Amino acid sequence: MNQASFGVSVSLFASIDWHGFFFVLFAAIACVAALMVVLSDNVVRMALHLVLSLGATAGLFFLAGAEFVGAMQLMIYVGGTLVLLVFGVMLTAQTQLVSLRTPAGDRVIASILAAALFAVLVQAAFSIDSWQKPGQGMVSAPTATPLGMALVGVRVDQHAEEGLLEPKGGYLLPFEIVSVHLLVVLIGAAYLARAKRRRVPRPVDLVASVDSVEPTSSGDSPATILSGGSK
Amino acid sequence: MAEFLIETIGLPAWLAWTCIAGLSAVLILNVIAGGALVFIWAERKIAARIQDRLGPTRTGGRFGWLQSLADGIKLLAKEDLMPDGADALLFRLAPYVSFCASFCAFIALPFAFDTVGQRLNVGVFFVVAVLGLEVFGVILAGYASASKWSLFGAMREAAQVVSYEVPLGMCVVVPVMLAGSMDLVTIGEKQAGWATNWFIFHDPFTFVIFWVYCTCAIASVNRAPFDLAEAESELVAGFHTEYSGLRWSFFFMAEYGSMFLVSALAAILFLGGWNGPIPVSELLGLSDGVSATDPFALRIVGCMNLFLKATAGVLLMMWIRWTLPRLRIDQVMTTCLKYCTPIAAAMFLGVMLWQLFLPGGLVAGSFRAAASVREGWLEQSYRKKSVDEESLSVKTLSRHVFEVSR
Repeated sequence: MNQASFGVSVSLFASIDWHGFFFVLFAAIACVAALMVVLSDNVVRMALHLVLSLGATAGLFFLAGAEFVGAMQLMIYVGGTLVLLVFGVMLTAQTQLVSLRTPAGDRVIASILAAALFAVLVQAAFSIDSWQKPGQGMVSAPTATPLGMALVGVRVDQHAEEGLLEPKGGYLLPFEIVSVHLLVVLIGAAYLARAKRRRVPRPVDLVASVDSVEPTSSGDSPATILSGGSK
Repeated sequence: MAEFLIETIGLPAWLAWTCIAGLSAVLILNVIAGGALVFIWAERKIAARIQDRLGPTRTGGRFGWLQSLADGIKLLAKEDLMPDGADALLFRLAPYVSFCASFCAFIALPFAFDTVGQRLNVGVFFVVAVLGLEVFGVILAGYASASKWSLFGAMREAAQVVSYEVPLGMCVVVPVMLAGSMDLVTIGEKQAGWATNWFIFHDPFTFVIFWVYCTCAIASVNRAPFDLAEAESELVAGFHTEYSGLRWSFFFMAEYGSMFLVSALAAILFLGGWNGPIPVSELLGLSDGVSATDPFALRIVGCMNLFLKATAGVLLMMWIRWTLPRLRIDQVMTTCLKYCTPIAAAMFLGVMLWQLFLPGGLVAGSFRAAASVREGWLEQSYRKKSVDEESLSVKTLSRHVFEVSR
């Protein structure tokens, strides 16, 4: 490499806007991986591409200086896809489900929905007055502290100028509602998945249930009831 | 350091930052890879001692200290095999996913004060979140291997890691609460001074929760007695049954990397981080805890402190591995759901109450409690007066937070 070309390459290297470069890189990974989720027909690969897409989105959050949101993205979305992946693996252990084919009708409906969502997002993106770029590198603004304060009812981002007199707003009530909701879901899941106690049916119930059940229906109903009754 | 390169040597800013980024990455990589070499040798010697054997003795002269290097060369020369029915892309990708997750978590881990790859405001959270991603590689490996043993191992690992994240998170929250920050650097700085300032000695609850953290950490990095994913007596080698050569060694490096990571995290969260048990530098007047006359030397000492503590944690894990028998899957789940989670929750409440009534640690807190009981009587008469001032102080606090967040 001669001197001139070396100088050209160095100046080219120096002129790269690294923040913009990484933004484009992460955004491209997120978009391409999201497309691959739709286009691939293997559940596990879909999950892998979903992880890639969500991870790249987390990278975008880190790039924008929203560390807390980025870590949340990693913890909840990428970690949640982990469970999806587990289910995918369990499903594809049977050979008929290894490759999933989408029927043509579903493709049409999905593409209409996707186009509508895309139009809304594009419109939202262009309705913003001016995009501003955060400074070079990561902004070390404390993102967690205002969030925590907002959770207990002090919105430092909203009404600081008007005197903070009444700590209104805040996310405490929504947070509590969501946590109680999750608790209900957990209890429900535990109820559904509990170890079922074998109930010996009375002869009257047995006859009634055998009459009511279709003989062609698969599953555990007639067989289990009969075997349970015979014991 | 980048400022040094820019000002003293005169490098342009972009080159200086690129150099620093590369240097940090190489250093972290060496911590993992070099650490793995040493730890594998140590594991063999410790296992041999515990089982009344000799372990490696000849390679490299005495003690077989070059054994890991010889193994590394052997692994490089091994044939890279892939099963016929394997999903080629995922099979090749899986070891790197595991290793990358382990590597990424080190980015936010401070090795001494101001010696951190990228200081994150939510460092603890980031490390725990990224550490949980290591299991991805394991599941991919288990699925892509087209082998029942691998699949069983991966499923076990998934169930175990997902459930142990809950108590682990609860344990990690306690030091965060004591330090008032999720920044690992701040958490380390809060424990400067004598060993009594360490969070493990803050109060009885933190002492208990440290051991809960140790249990959960061992489980989350899949070490014995929680190594169901690679139970060699049942599953051949679990998720890495079909791997050989360098790909297999990537899994091993990831495992030793995350062992070191959770140990270093334990050291920072509970054991004072890079602060020694005796504040030697402060006693000698070399530093006042915040600034120092020779910050570089103190950083080196801090790194050594942290490495010593983390290595002690890794050695503890090895000791446990070669001492305890492997748990069954139901015992693993029982340990998590019936013991670790409730204990962690109760200790969390305890620390919260302690922080409310006896803030400032065991020794100082007890003194302060005695004093506050006496002053409580005096204070009660002022109570009515201070109500107005209290509401005022809430305002000033929120205003202060607002200014900080700006």
